[in-house]
Amino acid sequence: MQFGIFTVGDVTPDPTTGRTPTEHERIKATVAIARKAEEVGLDVFATGEHHNPPFIASAPTTTLAYIGAQTERIVLSTATTLITTTDPVLIAENYAKLQHLTDGRVDLMMGRGNTGPVYPWFGKDIRDGIPLAIENYHLLHRLWREDVVSWEGKYRTPLQGFTSTPRPLDGVPPFVWHGSIRSPEIAEQAAYYGDGFFANHIFWPAEHTERMVGLYRRRFEHYGHGTADQAIVGLGGQVFMRKNSQDAVREFRPYFDNAPVYGHGPSLEEFTSQTPLTVGSPQEVIEKTLGFREYVGDYQRQLFLMDHAGLPLKTVLEQLDLLGSEVVPVLREEFARLRPAHVPDAPNHASLVAAAGGARDSGVHATDDVTGRTAEDAR
Amino acid sequence: MTAARTNGGHGAGVPRRIAVVTAGLSQPSSTRLLADRLAESVRRQLSAQLGGEAVDVEVVELREHAQALAGNLLTGFPGPGLRSAIDLVLEADGLVVVTPVFNASYSGLFKMFFDVVEQGSLSGTPVLMAATGGTARHSLALEHAMRPLFAYLHAVTVPTAVFAATDDWGSRGDAHGGLVERIDRASGELARLVAAAPPAARTERVDPFETPTSFEDLLAGR
Repeated sequence: MQFGIFTVGDVTPDPTTGRTPTEHERIKATVAIARKAEEVGLDVFATGEHHNPPFIASAPTTTLAYIGAQTERIVLSTATTLITTTDPVLIAENYAKLQHLTDGRVDLMMGRGNTGPVYPWFGKDIRDGIPLAIENYHLLHRLWREDVVSWEGKYRTPLQGFTSTPRPLDGVPPFVWHGSIRSPEIAEQAAYYGDGFFANHIFWPAEHTERMVGLYRRRFEHYGHGTADQAIVGLGGQVFMRKNSQDAVREFRPYFDNAPVYGHGPSLEEFTSQTPLTVGSPQEVIEKTLGFREYVGDYQRQLFLMDHAGLPLKTVLEQLDLLGSEVVPVLREEFARLRPAHVPDAPNHASLVAAAGGARDSGVHATDDVTGRTAEDAR
Repeated sequence: MTAARTNGGHGAGVPRRIAVVTAGLSQPSSTRLLADRLAESVRRQLSAQLGGEAVDVEVVELREHAQALAGNLLTGFPGPGLRSAIDLVLEADGLVVVTPVFNASYSGLFKMFFDVVEQGSLSGTPVLMAATGGTARHSLALEHAMRPLFAYLHAVTVPTAVFAATDDWGSRGDAHGGLVERIDRASGELARLVAAAPPAARTERVDPFETPTSFEDLLAGR
């Protein structure tokens, strides 16, 4: 099982000091957080994508490539990549390039993500959100699997004999997750392709996540990718820890009360009882997180949101120390002990290459289209 | 959040259910008082229509859900208490809804509740509308504000809407056109609509988690 963190890149005032970090500080903090994640033994760092203030999460592949150059092991991912408003041709190119630069340490999570005003900035309409997610991903899926694509759709100009470069590393596209809070169509989409499904999980009650994941698992089996319990599931989570539970509650409360999304609404106590948010000791985080599998089954990826709502960098790094030293080692052991042998791990580059029967030369026209001859043959 | 209800109908012998939504703020409130009078009249007349069958009446006091409603607007999901209240309303065969008139319209609390009810979930539901206010000059708020709200929700409002002004509580209710007569007339209209609806008349709703649109349909030949 993989453990990691995801960030939305919000620039939020620290409610305890009133100070808002500069964009530069927040961007650099994001890099420091990702490096720390690798240092404390986490498996995945995922960044969101937004194109409006108060976020610094535009240009995600720039961020991920920079982090990739400063890390060695951690998988670089997204939470989420805006499949609705981003040209699938650019996604195909950018993430294939990132895949080469990082030697395959890349996967992606597709999401609709945006609020209404963002769509028209990219020539799109939020009312087409689901059809955009479906058409754009269908094209992206082909661009990574077919060297030459001719294509016509509703939402972008047609392609005639187009080749997206670079071709995916070793001829194997990055693994894709589809993220959603509430749309059954996205669970259906993930199931159709046999891709992973990531339930946001953190904003809504567990019963809702249970229904979404249940739908995805049933349909994964329906489309012939394996049994329902072999489907690839990821979950979000949100925690704040101190050794002493009461200290965690006291310190986190002002951040919770003023947080984007749910701030000024339900109390911290109500929200922790109704959603996966855990504010308390590392042991409480362990117990609540282990409980997730009781309603989604054995799953493959757990990402935590650790750095939002104006929490200062120093605090976030302390949180990551606790997560890496006290929580994740126990969760790894417990989840592994509970998981039956036929439930797979989340795919990574190595496992995808193995499943494809080995790496293949992914250069365009490595094989002559007409004669079927390769460069080696010609020698 | 998607409602889980997939069966709006009745089995044999399942009593008809009336839900009363009241947005009074003080305790006791004249809004709740009016709601209770309407509920009792609906219960009596509906039971008579159904040959003496029992009728269930459940009251939702929105005041108790005020914080949860604000929370729902911000988080997008109802807490457990509010979820139960919404389910009571969605599963009812008929509604009695009562609000004080504030600044020429229903109260904000009243609107918040109907803002967090899932779109389409009240389609076809018979609704009796009522309001309270200081003077009868506010009475057309029912026609100009509340009736369009329920028309938008595709609910079926009964022709008589009941307004009770301060004067009404002190005058002879049984006078011609008095409060008691208006309560009984509107309640009779609701009772007849609810009684006339055959079992399972409410729209059967498709649960998108149980019956998803297949991806081939979503892809639509792309």
